[in-house]
Amino acid sequence: MSAAVTGLGVLAPNGVGTGDYWRHTRAGTSGIRPITRFDASRYPIRLAGEVRDFDPAAHLPGRLVPQTDRMTQLALVATEWALADAGLAPDAAHDFDFGVVTSASAGGLEFGQRELQKLWTQGPSTVSAYMSFSWFYAVNTGQISIRHKLRGPAAALVTEQAGGLDAVGLSRRLVADGTPVVITAGVDGALCPMGVAGQVPAGQWSTCDDPARAYRPFDAGASGGVAGEGGAVLVIEDGAAARRRGARVYGEIAGYAATFDPPPGSDREPGLGRAAATALRQADLVPDEIDVVLADAAGTLAGDRAEADALEKLFGPRGVPVTAPKTMTGRLSAGAGTLDVATALLAMRDGIIPPTVNTGGDGYGHQIDLVTSLRHVPVRTALVLARGIGGFNAAVVLRAADRRSEGMEEA
Amino acid sequence: MSQFTIEDLKRIMRACAGEDESVDLDGDIGELTFDQLGYDSLALLETASRVQRELRVALPDEALGDVETPAQFVAFVNGRLLETAA
Amino acid sequence: MSRRVVITGIGVVAPGGVGTPAYWQRLLSGRSATRTITAFDPSGFRSRMAAECDFDPTAYGLTPQEIRRMDRTAQFAVVCTAECVADAGLAGGEVPATRVGVTVGSAVGATIKLESEYVVLSDGGRRWEVDPGYAVPHLYDYLVPSSLAAEVAWKVGAEGPVSVVSDGCTAGIDALGYAAQVIRCGDADVMIAGGTEAPIAPITVACFDAIKATSVHNDDPEHAHRPYDVSRNGFVLGEGAAMLVLEEYEHARRRGARVYAEIAGVATRANAFHMTGLQAEGREMAEAIRVALDQARIGADRVDWVSMHGTGTKQNDRHETSAIKRSLGPHAYRTPASSIKSMIGHSLGAVGALETAACALAITHGAVPPTANLHRQDPELDLDYVPLQAREHRVDVALNVGSGFGGFQSAMVLCRPEAVSR
Repeated sequence: MSAAVTGLGVLAPNGVGTGDYWRHTRAGTSGIRPITRFDASRYPIRLAGEVRDFDPAAHLPGRLVPQTDRMTQLALVATEWALADAGLAPDAAHDFDFGVVTSASAGGLEFGQRELQKLWTQGPSTVSAYMSFSWFYAVNTGQISIRHKLRGPAAALVTEQAGGLDAVGLSRRLVADGTPVVITAGVDGALCPMGVAGQVPAGQWSTCDDPARAYRPFDAGASGGVAGEGGAVLVIEDGAAARRRGARVYGEIAGYAATFDPPPGSDREPGLGRAAATALRQADLVPDEIDVVLADAAGTLAGDRAEADALEKLFGPRGVPVTAPKTMTGRLSAGAGTLDVATALLAMRDGIIPPTVNTGGDGYGHQIDLVTSLRHVPVRTALVLARGIGGFNAAVVLRAADRRSEGMEEA
Repeated sequence: MSQFTIEDLKRIMRACAGEDESVDLDGDIGELTFDQLGYDSLALLETASRVQRELRVALPDEALGDVETPAQFVAFVNGRLLETAA
Repeated sequence: MSRRVVITGIGVVAPGGVGTPAYWQRLLSGRSATRTITAFDPSGFRSRMAAECDFDPTAYGLTPQEIRRMDRTAQFAVVCTAECVADAGLAGGEVPATRVGVTVGSAVGATIKLESEYVVLSDGGRRWEVDPGYAVPHLYDYLVPSSLAAEVAWKVGAEGPVSVVSDGCTAGIDALGYAAQVIRCGDADVMIAGGTEAPIAPITVACFDAIKATSVHNDDPEHAHRPYDVSRNGFVLGEGAAMLVLEEYEHARRRGARVYAEIAGVATRANAFHMTGLQAEGREMAEAIRVALDQARIGADRVDWVSMHGTGTKQNDRHETSAIKRSLGPHAYRTPASSIKSMIGHSLGAVGALETAACALAITHGAVPPTANLHRQDPELDLDYVPLQAREHRVDVALNVGSGFGGFQSAMVLCRPEAVSR
C-alpha cells in the first residue's frame, strides 16, 4: 500500500491557485502585507498574509456564501481545484469511497464574532440560523462532504499549526485501511479582530511593522511569526489504484508521526526531533536519504533554536538543505502543513528548492544549511515539520513516486 | 399599514440566504416551492427571523411549518400583520 | 489487526453526578438532571433549560492558577483525567511518557471564556475592532481548542500523539475511535481519550434557538428532553466530560489491570446531505454501524444494548431508528435501545464519550439505563427504548451511535473481551 497525492488545490497569500503560488514562491515573492480586512492601526500586530485579490463569492454557489466564514469559502474553492487537478469527479457511484479530513484552528471565527456582536447588541433572536455550524471547528469537513457528496470517513482535527500534517497522517491511515480516496483540507485563517487580538498576549507573533523584516525565522533578529490565511487541499489515494486509473502522482506520503513536548518548565528535550525520526523510520529512510526539510520555522528565538538543534542532531551540522517558504505566506495555522506538503511535492516535480526569504540565517549557519535563494537540485524525498502552540509536533515524510517504488509494490 | 410583498421577500432572501444560480428569482416564482428555489429549512428560518425583526411581527413556528411557497409566505406574513394591527 | 484496545479507567463529570459511581447511579435512577439555566439569566431566550453540572473546581484539586487559566471545558477534562488515570492504576507514571497519548473530543471548545472575553474586548459588542489591550494572557487558548488536549497531556505527562478531534456532536465517539486507532497501529500503548464540553453560554443557546433544535418545554424543565415521545420537541443542552484510559490489551493484561470493555470497532461516515438536516432512511449511520461491527468481527445479532443518540428532535429519532433497523435487521426489535441524553442532556462533543462510559459500565454491571421521560412512545418509532426504568440485562456487546452537525454519523462497538472469540 502507498498513499499517493494526486491532486493539489492551493490558496495562499502569495498565490491564488497552484501555478500562481508556485511562480511567486520560486521567485521569492512574499504575500505578507499590512492587514486590510479591518482597521488594525491600533493593534500591536499590524501585518498578516491575507489572500488578496480573490473573491470566493465569484467561485462559489450563491447559496453557500451567506452561510460560510471566509476560511470555509477558501477551503471549498481549494477543494474544487484539487479534485479537478486529480481528474476526479465524485458522483453517486462512489458513495462511501471518498473521505474528508480537515483541520482548522479557530473555526469560522470572523463569522462567529459577527454573530456575537449581534447577540450582545441586538439580542438572541438576531443570531443567524447558520451560526450553529459556520463557526464550529468541523465546518469545513461538513461543507466539503456535502458539496461533493463524499460519504466516506469524515474527521476534523485541531492541533493548532500541527493540524495540517496531522490531517495528512490520518488521511494516510484511512487510505491504508481501505478508503480509496481522501480529501485532506488544511485551510485556515482567523484574520478578524478577535483572531488577531488573541495573538497579542500569546507572545509568538511579531509586532514589527516592516513586511520585509517581521517574520525572520533562523535569524538572530527573529521577532516572532506573522499569521496568514489559506492553505492547500490534497487529494490522497491508494497509489496502485491511482496508477491504474492513469492519474498523475505527485508523490507519496511515506511516513508520519506526532509527538507532544514535555510540560512547560521540564528540562527534557522537546518532541520535534522524535517526531521527525519516527516518521523517517516509518518511511524506511535514513536521514542521509532526505533531500530537503521544510521547517516549521516558528520565527521565535526559542522555537528556532529548538528546531535547529533537532535538525542538527538528526542530520548532523548542515546535513540537509532546510527551507521555510512560509516566510512568504505567514504562518497559516493548520493551512501550513498541507501547503508545505504541496510545496515539497512541487519541488520534487521541478527539481528545485524554493527559498526562505527575509532571513540570513545569522547565528544558525554552523547548524543548518538554510536555503535563502532558489536552489536547483534533484528532490526525491522531503521531510515536512510543523509545531502547534502548546507543544504539538508533527512530521511527514514524502517520497517521489518513482519506478523503483512502483516495482516494489507489484512485487 | 404596510403590505409585505414578494419583492420584499426576494430582497430579504437574497441578503440572508443567497441565491441559487440555477433559479431566476426575478421570474414568476410565487407558486414554486422553496425547495425548487434552492432554499432549505434553514434559509426559511433565517428569512423568517429577518422578517420578524424588520416588520416587528411575530411568526409562530408551528404555522410557518406549513408554508411552502413564496406566495404562501407573503400571504402568511400579511395575515399576521393584519392580526397584529387589529 | 492484532493489537486490541481496552478501557481500563473511567473518569466522569456529568450533570447529576461527578465521579463514575455517582454517574452510573444517576443513569440507573431514571431521573433527569435537566433544569432551568442557572449559569446566566436565560430570560429572552427561546429554550431556557440545560443539564448543568454542579462542579466546583477547587473541590477537585485544581490550583487557583489552573482555574484562572482553564475554561470550564478544560477543567472538566482535567478532573476526569485524574479520575480515570487513578481508576486504571496508572497514577504513578508507570508507562513511558512517549508511549502515552491524548485525544480530546470537543465540538465547540472554550465557548464560555471565548464569549465572556469577547464581551470585555468588544465593550459589550460596541466595538468591531475589539481592544487587544484587554486581552487576558490565555485568550489564544480559548480561540483554539487544541489547548484542551495540551492541558490533559501536561496533567499526565503524555508525550506521544496528542490531538483534539472536533467532529461536532460525534466528537466524543470519534476521539475515542481515533485514540483506539493510534494504539492499534502501534503509535502508543496508552491513550487518555474522551470528550469534554461546557457550552452553556448565551451564544450557544442562541445558536440552537435560531434553528429551533432545543426543547421549549420551559414549564417542565426536569422532563423536557423526551426522546421517542410523541410530545418531544428537541434536546436540552448539557455539559460534562468523560475521559477514559484506553490501553493495548496485552499491556493491560501484563499489569493485571481491570478491563471494563474492549473497543472493538469504530466508524464514522458523512451523510453529505445537509449541515443540520437528516434523511429519514439513516443510510449513512447504518453504514457506520455495519463497518464498526465488521471491524469487531461481531454479528449484528449479538448486540445486547444500543446507546442511542436520542436528541429528541422529530427528525433525529426517526433517522436513528431507521438506521438501527437497517443495520441490525430483525434483531433491532429484540435489542434494548435507550438514550441517556434524556437524563444528562446533550453535551455536544462530550456526550459520545459519556455514552461510551455508560456502555462500558453496562457491560461491567449487567444493567442498562432507561430512556427517561418516555411516557407516550411515538407510534412511528417502534424499538424497545427502555422507557423510564433501568433493566438488569447482561451486556456482552454494546453499540453506541451518534450523529452530528456537518453530517457526521458514528458508531462504536464495545464488548466484553472474553465474550468474543478472535
